[in-house]
Amino acid sequence: MIKLDNVTKVYRMGLTEIVALREVSFHIETGEMVSVTGPSGSGKSTMMNIVGCLDRPSSGRYWLDGVEVSNLSDDQLAEIRNGKIGFVFQSFNLLPRTTALANVELPLVYGGAGNRRQRALEALDSVGLSHRAGHTSSELAGGEQQRVAIARALVNNPSIILADEPTGNLDTKTSREVMLLFQELNKRGITIVVVTHEPDIVIYTQRTIKILDGQIEK
Amino acid sequence: MKLRDCLLAALGTLSSHKMRSALTMLGVLIGVAAVISMVSLTKMEQAMVEESFQSLGADLIFVTPGAAKYEGGIGGTIGPLATLTLEDAEAIARDAPSVFAVSPVTETMTQIVAGGENLASTTMGVTPNYQYVRNLQTEQGEFITTQDYQGKKRVVVLGKQLAEDLFGQLSPVGQNIRINGRQFMVIGVLEPKGSIFGGEDQAAIVPLSTAQAIISSGVTGTSAHSIQGISIQAQSKEVVDSAQWEVKAILRQRHHIKSEDDDDFTIISMDDISSTADQMYAIGSIVWGGIAGISLLVGGIGIMNIMLVSVTERIREIGLRKALGAKRRDILIQFLTESAMMSLLGGVIGVLLGWILIKIASIVLASMGYPFPAMLPADIVAIAVGMAVFVGLASGVYPAIRAARLDPIDALHHE
Repeated sequence: MIKLDNVTKVYRMGLTEIVALREVSFHIETGEMVSVTGPSGSGKSTMMNIVGCLDRPSSGRYWLDGVEVSNLSDDQLAEIRNGKIGFVFQSFNLLPRTTALANVELPLVYGGAGNRRQRALEALDSVGLSHRAGHTSSELAGGEQQRVAIARALVNNPSIILADEPTGNLDTKTSREVMLLFQELNKRGITIVVVTHEPDIVIYTQRTIKILDGQIEK
Repeated sequence: MKLRDCLLAALGTLSSHKMRSALTMLGVLIGVAAVISMVSLTKMEQAMVEESFQSLGADLIFVTPGAAKYEGGIGGTIGPLATLTLEDAEAIARDAPSVFAVSPVTETMTQIVAGGENLASTTMGVTPNYQYVRNLQTEQGEFITTQDYQGKKRVVVLGKQLAEDLFGQLSPVGQNIRINGRQFMVIGVLEPKGSIFGGEDQAAIVPLSTAQAIISSGVTGTSAHSIQGISIQAQSKEVVDSAQWEVKAILRQRHHIKSEDDDDFTIISMDDISSTADQMYAIGSIVWGGIAGISLLVGGIGIMNIMLVSVTERIREIGLRKALGAKRRDILIQFLTESAMMSLLGGVIGVLLGWILIKIASIVLASMGYPFPAMLPADIVAIAVGMAVFVGLASGVYPAIRAARLDPIDALHHE
């Protein structure tokens, strides 16, 4: 469960202060599939960075699974990201010249988990790519690469998967496949938050949070 | 992140940039090879010199005319050079209980003629026991005998080099040569002694009695009885010090030197020479090792340069790793492992290259008549490889810190 309470984020650029988020409060229940939309510069990236524990709010509080994470240290945030959050990026961000299996194993390496190979294979299997485990990133098609990235997000059994424009680099057909995969994972109980500006993608989610000028549009 | 994962990840990264990794390693590789070969060659030379000392005998003492320039060193001598006489040598042989054998030597620059060859070379006058005191072997013919000495015979033993210069490949034994116009018959040729104590290689050796009768006499600055050196063999290695004291006391008394005055002769033992040589080689090792160490430093700078490039190229990867849960420490260790692995690998290959260089040097020198046995002291290898890893770690620290400090959000969105 995600709960933001009066979260404000202020960036300082030289002498000017830019308010990226202004007293934002919302919550996302466990098992929900939510889309976050808004034009560029609206503050949605800032919000996703905070939700993804990559950044801390300037003020306000953020609870993830009942734990307040607004004031944790860098290393503590790294542990939270490793254990509770799965990231899926627009540009896939797979390690080059590295096999799909090794890419999926990466979060387990930092988590110090055992039985890594087995778990990575299971994650690849759940996105339908176990037959491509030994192929390197560059040998995979775009849709396949994104499915490997989703397997990597899944492998640590996270509380939420945060997908930032996951279909931005994909054609319509593979976009549909990826969104259907997210829906399937959501049915298994995983909370999914998709940041997008495409209306076609929003329809796959149950609820939409719209952001404009650093605030949630009612 | 476990050590095994770090090593595997570093190995993966390095092997995915083979050319770059190889070129980066080259700096350390050459540095380590240079350190190893320089220090080892110095040690090899030292070992060979020490062996020469051993072959001469650790129980030897040399007396030369004139006072030592430097206290306790091998420095040259100054002052009148005619202070030693044959009678001094005889007195030492007679009166010094710790002395086993005494071999006086005269040395004169002479003109030597054989067939069409005409050379300027040293003629040494020696007693028959010179052969045993200096451990000389004849390659052909015989050394000077007691009969030759007592009969003041005009016979000569040639050093190997001189024999070749005068006669080429022909056997000189039985031939006649002229020394300062006087005819001598060649009775033997010495085995070559090599570079370090090879004074005899280029000398003509005649009986001391003959030399004093017909060669040295009339040369300016010397009397008929003056000699240019005395080689003394002590009864044993243990009594070298007391032999030295006895010789000193006898000579001072014979030369009527007052107690406050300095010696007019110089006594050097084999021990003094070899410890001075050891000092020289120790300094040589440090100097050569230091110069070679600089190339290792340059190699380290190369690693730092490439690691900085690598960090810049992989900013997105670093961002991704951080997003997936890598802590600062993980990123730091990852980059340090890469640079240490490059330098370790470079160091190990450098040791192999150094060993090959040492082998080649040994073979080349052996073919030139200097038998340096190849050796690779384990402590030098350990120091060189240790230095390589240290250089790798030290030059990896700054790039690794830069990588570890990257902000995950900026890094992820880096283009």
